[in-house]
Amino acid sequence: MSDTQNAPVPRLLGTSPIEFFSRHFGLEEPVLIQGLGTALARKADYADLYFEFRAVEAMSLEDGAVKSASRHVTHGVGARVIAGEKTGYAYSDDVSIESLQLTARTARAIAQEGGAAPTLAVHVPPLTHDLYPVAHPPIEIEAERKARLLEEIDTEARRFDPRIRNVIASIAVEHKLVLIFTAEGRLVGDVQPLVRLQVTCIAEEQGNRQQGSYGGGGRVGFEFLLEDQRYLRFTRKAAEQAVRNLSAAEAPAGEMTVVLGPGWPGILLHEAIGHGLEGDFNRKQVSAFSGLLGQQVASPLCTVVDDGTLPFRRGSLNVDDEGTPTGRTVVIEKGILCSYLQDRLNARLMRMPLTGNGRRESFAHIPLPRMTNTFLLPGEDDPDEIIHSVDRGLYAVYFGGGQVDITSGKFVFSASEAYLIEGGKITRPVRGATLIGHGPEVLKRISRVGHDLQLDEGIGTCGKEGQSVPVGVGLPTVRIDGLTVGGTRV
Amino acid sequence: MNGRAGSTPALADVAERLLTSARRCGATDADVVVVEGSQLEVAVRQGNAERVKQARQKHVGLRVFVGRRSAVGSSADFTADQLEELADRTVQLARTCAEDEAAGLPAPHVLAREVPDLALFDPGLLEVDASRALEWAGRAERAALQADPRVRNSEGGECSIHTGEVYYASTAGFAGGYRDSSVSLVVIPVAEQDGAMERDFWYAASRHLTDLPAPEEIGAKAAARAVRRLGARRVATCEVPVVLDPETASSLLRHLASAVSGSAIYRGMSFLAGRLGERIAPSFVRVTDHGRLPRALGSKPFDAEGLPTRRTAVVEEGVLRSYLLDSYSARRLGLESTGNASRSAATAPAPAPTNFFLEPGELSPEQIIGSLTRGFYVTELIGFGVNLTSGDYSRGAVGFWIERGELAYPVHEVTIAGRLQEMLLAIEAVGNDLEFRRSVVAPTLLIGKMTVAGT
Repeated sequence: MSDTQNAPVPRLLGTSPIEFFSRHFGLEEPVLIQGLGTALARKADYADLYFEFRAVEAMSLEDGAVKSASRHVTHGVGARVIAGEKTGYAYSDDVSIESLQLTARTARAIAQEGGAAPTLAVHVPPLTHDLYPVAHPPIEIEAERKARLLEEIDTEARRFDPRIRNVIASIAVEHKLVLIFTAEGRLVGDVQPLVRLQVTCIAEEQGNRQQGSYGGGGRVGFEFLLEDQRYLRFTRKAAEQAVRNLSAAEAPAGEMTVVLGPGWPGILLHEAIGHGLEGDFNRKQVSAFSGLLGQQVASPLCTVVDDGTLPFRRGSLNVDDEGTPTGRTVVIEKGILCSYLQDRLNARLMRMPLTGNGRRESFAHIPLPRMTNTFLLPGEDDPDEIIHSVDRGLYAVYFGGGQVDITSGKFVFSASEAYLIEGGKITRPVRGATLIGHGPEVLKRISRVGHDLQLDEGIGTCGKEGQSVPVGVGLPTVRIDGLTVGGTRV
Repeated sequence: MNGRAGSTPALADVAERLLTSARRCGATDADVVVVEGSQLEVAVRQGNAERVKQARQKHVGLRVFVGRRSAVGSSADFTADQLEELADRTVQLARTCAEDEAAGLPAPHVLAREVPDLALFDPGLLEVDASRALEWAGRAERAALQADPRVRNSEGGECSIHTGEVYYASTAGFAGGYRDSSVSLVVIPVAEQDGAMERDFWYAASRHLTDLPAPEEIGAKAAARAVRRLGARRVATCEVPVVLDPETASSLLRHLASAVSGSAIYRGMSFLAGRLGERIAPSFVRVTDHGRLPRALGSKPFDAEGLPTRRTAVVEEGVLRSYLLDSYSARRLGLESTGNASRSAATAPAPAPTNFFLEPGELSPEQIIGSLTRGFYVTELIGFGVNLTSGDYSRGAVGFWIERGELAYPVHEVTIAGRLQEMLLAIEAVGNDLEFRRSVVAPTLLIGKMTVAGT
């Protein structure tokens, strides 16, 4: 039995991933070389091994008390072999020398026999960047501190308005170690902390029940939540949204001018263009953006960037899940489509450069091209001026999720906090509604871009082919001259 | 490798050891779920094998109670010292939580006495290797590519096979397990015309291989669905009757299943909270949850707390008769569990539907469409614009405009919106085309009026 109170993963801390996997799973260099050699023994173009250790602790509060807590530990290895367009993949939750051999042999079955195993040497490249150094890994934080924070959130929300009837708040912290060994002999490790706080408030008045949700986090220490009382600000935002929804009017239906507020509404970019620019869909020619490189897909006011190198951000990574250093990729420059987002398989088949966007949910998943932090660079307009310029329209400042049909280019994103603009002024709050548009067209209708770029607070999770990964978005205030708003009022 | 062989200690043994450790560490009660399984996933694209993925996975989840305090933990490591550590840390975590009057295991007298065989496991699936699965995926995709000259591209055909075992034991006195399996086949063709592309898909899933339709049938249907979307237009914003096909009607049933889940009810996060015994739909609407349908995808012999699964009338003659409950949400609401506790190894139990369906009516989909002079037949919905607390509903839709009882032309880039409580009351017709293609299903439904937002 362990006698270490409140130190959830004591053996992890202060060790590099290379040392960790070597010490705990016996993954010394000769073992790695033998494993990858097995994977590459047939006519393969590429192979890699991915080792992962992940500990997640979550705690949640409802009815004014911390009623549940959980701690989950997973580890495993994934072996991948690529031959032409074919991928063989096998994984195991047993990280041992024997299972590594078995996994590598299974993965290589897709490649033809007759290749010669290459000579491998281990090369540990220096870290290109160190984007999330944290003094105290959040997984170390005592349960009592998290519980106290959640209790303060409950008090703050109920104090905000007596109509707040229930508060559900949760905090999740993650500590992930990865080790990637590639066919080039590169051995790359990373330690990836992740913190997320989520607050949901339920407001009730005369049988009318509404909710508001807000949250944030990043690849940060626990202190991040306390800085400038960030956790209380999130709480007030959630409470305010719930209370405001009590008096929200029906949302309008039909095409109209839409102004998006700064920050999280950048989910527009993620859905409308981001997915459509991922390499896999374009190699297969199934994206509405296929073949549009060099063409105008947005108004000249729009420059869109995917940047995995922003410090402490939820969507950032030092290296992607194939061991490639992340980067900053300008995907649209002044309206012109100039790059796709790539993983290794698709970059090689399309003869395009790697962009550091090969990501996977876990060792049980094959890497795919995915976004990191996607945002629109700021323009020159004053945000208030942008709102004044609209006679009748919708001002949307907070959203739930979004989704896109890559092939037809139709995308949706659902506003959870929105207002009518009437005569250049924000007038009434309206109920939630989905906005729908056509990806290759919508950015062409952006006529004003504010100078107030903000990134989201750190809540985004993107799903693709059943794999969820943390992402970020960002946007300055923008005006879109015509987008369909899916309300109920005709 | 033969991904199916292995040396996992018997699941019952893991469960017993963990319960013993939990008690030794100070737990007054505990329960354990152990899952183990193997997976094979293959994909074929444009006739070539594109992906083969194989694995065997195991996971154990522990829930402990220290008096009225509780916590959950999980691990994939079944070695003795790791199980001991899991027990120890989970008990420590429970001690940091507040007391919860409703926390606890179910009473011993409500636990299942027997584990019926619901034919959930097809041993034949253990024998399927990657080359056979690739052949089925390839045949399905080929059928789609050959169905119509406008189908020139594809996101491929995919076949997935899962075989596994679930074991549950608790200090309340229940221990039992069962094996299950599933096989699914999906094809995603892309049709093209005048420079515009449309993709659609079709799939089948079942627990037994013999219940799966021929791959060619799935491919041909997928192609027809993609081709019929070509030439879609937008429509002007209006209020019209909306017909949901069985796929999109099933998504409405999923919202209903979430809204009657005990955890949404006791939190006040459902528009149906407090409405037991009230009319929520017309009298011809009946919604049932049934955990014991043989061979069905949502069936299981007992729930994740060891209670027998059963048939529950959720909506009878339009009246809300029951929520879906586990023992915690039942205690919170002063009711009895309905045997709907569900959990993976890495989550605490929570209520979830088993096989949850809206019972079929008399009319064919053609008769329902034929009854409308004008309306919108919806075949796909996207987005997350559903607020279960308020009932607000707004989603992106694809489908066909109905004119004088016929499907006139395809429609895209519009939304349908309403409020769930009003949509349920506005159901005007229920189709006769219910199929258990997944665990939560509905036949074709006609909703009297919704807002369609377009140009």
